[in-house]
Amino acid sequence: MKIVAVTSCPTGIAHTYMAAEALEQAAKDAGHEIHVETQGAAGAEAVADADIAAADAVVFAADVEVRNRERFAGKPLVQTSVKRAINDPTGLIAEAEAAAKAAPVAATATPTAGGGDAGRPVAPTRTGGGGGGGGGGAAAFGTQLRGWLMTGVSYMIPFVAAGGILIALGFLLGGGAVKPKVYGGTFEGVTYQAIIDYTQVVQKAGWAGLLFLIGATAFSMLVPILAGFIAYAMADRPGLVPGIVAGLLANLVGAGFLGGLVGGLLAGAIAMYLVRLKVPRALAGIMPIVVIPLVATLLTGFLMVVVIGKPIAAAQTGLTNWLNGLSGSNAVLLGLLLGLMMGFDLGGPVNKVAYTFGLAALASGNVQVMAAVMAAGMVPPLGMALATVLRKHLFSDAERKAGETAWLLGASFITEGAIPFAAADPIRVIPATMAGSAVTGALSMAFKCGSRAPHGGIWVIGLIEKPLLWFLAIVIGVAVSAALVITLKSLGHRASDEEIEAGMEGTSLPGRRAATA
Amino acid sequence: MADLITPDLVDLDLSATERGEATKSLAQRLQAAGRVTDLDQFLADVRAREAQMPTGIEGGIGIPHCRSVAVTEPTLAFGRSAKGIDWGAADGPAHLIFLIAAPEGGGAEHMGILAKLARKLIHASFRDSLHQAPDPEAVVSIVKKEVLGQ
Repeated sequence: MKIVAVTSCPTGIAHTYMAAEALEQAAKDAGHEIHVETQGAAGAEAVADADIAAADAVVFAADVEVRNRERFAGKPLVQTSVKRAINDPTGLIAEAEAAAKAAPVAATATPTAGGGDAGRPVAPTRTGGGGGGGGGGAAAFGTQLRGWLMTGVSYMIPFVAAGGILIALGFLLGGGAVKPKVYGGTFEGVTYQAIIDYTQVVQKAGWAGLLFLIGATAFSMLVPILAGFIAYAMADRPGLVPGIVAGLLANLVGAGFLGGLVGGLLAGAIAMYLVRLKVPRALAGIMPIVVIPLVATLLTGFLMVVVIGKPIAAAQTGLTNWLNGLSGSNAVLLGLLLGLMMGFDLGGPVNKVAYTFGLAALASGNVQVMAAVMAAGMVPPLGMALATVLRKHLFSDAERKAGETAWLLGASFITEGAIPFAAADPIRVIPATMAGSAVTGALSMAFKCGSRAPHGGIWVIGLIEKPLLWFLAIVIGVAVSAALVITLKSLGHRASDEEIEAGMEGTSLPGRRAATA
Repeated sequence: MADLITPDLVDLDLSATERGEATKSLAQRLQAAGRVTDLDQFLADVRAREAQMPTGIEGGIGIPHCRSVAVTEPTLAFGRSAKGIDWGAADGPAHLIFLIAAPEGGGAEHMGILAKLARKLIHASFRDSLHQAPDPEAVVSIVKKEVLGQ
């Protein structure tokens, strides 16, 4: 088998070369041919395009961004930290073998046309497959998928932190009325006009309103950034535009972060496919800057709006009708259901149905539903934050940092604070957030707590009826949520998870290497 | 070019028990040898690198290193600790400590030597011979032979 690898580390004087040596040894021992590009301080000797074209698998052992990674696009890739390559080169080579086997069509046989055309992206050496990956290597594909999601999450977290904290500060200073003051709506029986000229925000809604506006704007980029960088991780630069547009459209059709996840993966898969397409040379020059972004964006956008948008709208209507039918019967059951919904997609369409249902109840004078919805919506970020404190090693560095801001976001009823966790590991996180929120929703209804505020979390506790019991309901739900996510993650915590996390930390570091003489 | 390592830069019986302390004691040897001009600056640069991710690797090795304006020549200081010092590796403390000092903006030739040194570090035979080296002179000759081919 033929392997190409890139090693790089923050300083570029030690681990880069140790990893290269370790990989070369391990590959030789396993009887493979390997070419390693050390992107370190001694100057990188680029691996030849011909070697890349002939390679069956690519290994990135890098703690900083791999330079010119588009050269390797479309090859079966194993991405990990530089340390893993040093500590376990044999295991890593075995993973590269598995990745090569999992690839839909063998890459070796196809000769490439790349020879006379330096500087062009690698000629495609395997056809089809798209982003869906091979059915054979389910484990390898799972690892790859998690790597893509983690990249998206690592770029999204700063938006969650900056936007979320500004929104929380807005609520803290301006109370629950700050949102309707900026965007219009009713609070405590007073109806506010939405601000039309945003330069007037300080005069109309105060400094709190300004903080809220800035925060909300940053927050609105959360799903587009998530989707954009998922696609970027899959297809490199050509994936960015369709990915971001898919995220914006997910916002627009109300598909939330789950829509963003799907959209990002779609955009990445389409861009990946287009990058590999063989085109006439005359067209090749405009492929990366015109054709791929245009076609990929059009296709992704079409799918997002026409195919994904409609069922989501239909589901929202259905859910609302269903809840209306239930609302007369058992209050605790209703609280439980609303909690499940709040915790399911963390600000997405299902969450929104529950929240709107709470608002409608509040408008008709039922304060208990609103209290249950708000309490349940506070649980997911708080539960994740608690889990990162209790079991640090189950979370990546980026997630632990997200955990720090999640305390404030949860306290402010910004359920989106849990998205970084859910996007990185939906299968283990979402059941935990749903369970915690459901417990809290049911308890809040059982305790007959009430809220006259539609938003604001802990900062509007003055408007809560039976505040202590309400607080207790939240604490219990948070404990349930944290315990469950810790259990699920401990069960499924494989060694390979750590590598991806380490690799992901690398992508968030800026390239620190100074130019060498 | 000055020697990559000299007997003065070898401490076969590190008394330090903690990463920062061990680094400092080796760095002081670099300063005494004129390889580091500003000890505080150099230590800060090493710490900054260590903070990104601990440099310990499996097999009982710690490789604190940095590129720093306080470094004059690419230099290796070597320390051996019988008790071991936690260097952040998963499998236990480090017994062999390699403090690698690289000048900021060092040329490719300089960096090439350090790259060769780094490559050697993963070889068990190289590590073993350093474990067994009876005195600083032996360490120097092992490094020179293995890394520089002298």
